[in-house]
Amino acid sequence: MTKDDCKKLVIDIISDIAPDEDLSAIKPEIRLRDQLQLDSMDFLDIVMELRKRHGIEVPETDYGQLASLESCAEYLTPKFPQKS
Amino acid sequence: MAYDWLKGIEDHYDIVVIGSGLGGLTGANVLAKCGHKVLLLEHHYQLGGLATWFTRKGGHIFDISLHGFPIGMIKSIRKYWSQDIADSIIQLKGVRFINPQFSIDTTFDREDFTRQLVEKFQVPAETVERFFTDLRAMNFYDNNTETTGQMFARYFPGRDDVQRLLMEPIAYANGSSLDDPAITFGIVFSNFMSKGVYTFQGGSDVLIKKMGAELKANGVEVRKHVVVEKILTEERDGRKHVTGVIANGRTIRCHVVLSNSNIKNTVLRLAGEDNFSPEFVAQTKAVRVNTSSCQVYLGIRKGETLPHIGDLVFTSAEPKFSSEKLVDLHTTSRTFSMYYPDTRPGSDRYTVVVSINAKYEDWNNLTPEHYATEKLRLIEESITALEKYIPDVRAKIEWKEAATPRTIERYTRHWAGTSFGTKFEGLKVSMDLPAQLPGLYHAGSVGIIMSGWLGTINYGVIVANQIDKALAARKRAAAAVA
Repeated sequence: MTKDDCKKLVIDIISDIAPDEDLSAIKPEIRLRDQLQLDSMDFLDIVMELRKRHGIEVPETDYGQLASLESCAEYLTPKFPQKS
Repeated sequence: MAYDWLKGIEDHYDIVVIGSGLGGLTGANVLAKCGHKVLLLEHHYQLGGLATWFTRKGGHIFDISLHGFPIGMIKSIRKYWSQDIADSIIQLKGVRFINPQFSIDTTFDREDFTRQLVEKFQVPAETVERFFTDLRAMNFYDNNTETTGQMFARYFPGRDDVQRLLMEPIAYANGSSLDDPAITFGIVFSNFMSKGVYTFQGGSDVLIKKMGAELKANGVEVRKHVVVEKILTEERDGRKHVTGVIANGRTIRCHVVLSNSNIKNTVLRLAGEDNFSPEFVAQTKAVRVNTSSCQVYLGIRKGETLPHIGDLVFTSAEPKFSSEKLVDLHTTSRTFSMYYPDTRPGSDRYTVVVSINAKYEDWNNLTPEHYATEKLRLIEESITALEKYIPDVRAKIEWKEAATPRTIERYTRHWAGTSFGTKFEGLKVSMDLPAQLPGLYHAGSVGIIMSGWLGTINYGVIVANQIDKALAARKRAAAAVA
């Protein structure tokens, strides 16, 4: 799992949660909330989908790590099982 | 022998959901979609809690809950239910206020309210702008002790009329008063102001039936006519844990109970005091339940029509707004929910549901004779009030009937018949519950902000996430042992 793979998986989740948003031009360093119409319930959905699809648990205290695509990749990539 | 409403159910589920209000229904649906085995139990013969309906001879269908919610419902329904149900949400454009202080028509959104406040009420545009912006920035976890009344005094000093315009509709939406924390007003009001008032085209019957079908498709076992009598616990490693429920006299085992019952019912009646610390029991007992409602249902005879007088009409003969007067037994404040044929496409029927805020104790202490007389008075006064806007309405009414806080208590089993959950402190008790008794979760109307159509649906999802997290951890632990 590379950081780019991880970003792609996060975008897959967001595209299901917010199907009306254009995700083709997301800037990785900018907060997702500042470029998309996402509210706190949407972030909760991202947390649930990460658990459901990838078995990854994001504790409540770490929700802030999901702020931007870049910070998502930074925080989540090590949580995916590494290929041996 | 009586029919076995639990016939064919299994002995064990991951989750048993008690109650099918929108929080229970949505929690059940989200958890089933996460792959858990869910059993949902409802004591009534109909799903929906207060988001329900009833039918009467003559083809009358009456929706119970005030048929207005914020636009946020579209997104929540699409995400946690289905695109199909979300597509049936439409705007209610005719919101009216008629009282001795003012009479206005509005789409109940920020743009129109700003215009009315500036042009009609002569409030400086800058004040209105600041009020809306500050309200939007409110968070439910803010530690702000200001009450709604104090907040109004800060922005609109001496303006009873402005206060009324802002407070009256929200008092009907969530039962909050001028003495509640400003946040209970701010969040709900901001949600409405974002884009106005919305409803389901097709009515509550269509909505709840669609939700029932969705639950079934996602594998939830749904049983009605089933009363949960007790939440079962067991001591493991020196701590009590939830192990199941007794429902209609039968034991059903489960890892988790999600109670959509009132929070006080959940802790003090269903689980019982001996499962909690004395401090938590005291905290729960100290939670104030909110006030309740009366409703008058008026069914118009087939073939008759009503003129369009608005969708939601907030009326009152009180010279000034007062939270106490609003819930008084003899209040003159009423909201008319007007159901025209386009509410239920394909139907040619009209109904009117009159909502009146009320106190349980006023109605619960009446003798049977007095109770019947008071209900008749409620119906008569409501029809007389409606005649002001539709002079010939009386002759068109075929069915009339009233519900009181006692009716709500009977059909929802809510503590003290509340129709608006609990005051603000109930939220903490609800959120602390799983830490107090592992396996027990609550999603229901608490703290005013987790109430109403949208609040309760979203709260169901928030709690479903916590349950899914706990069950995933449980599975990992079991796998590690094996």
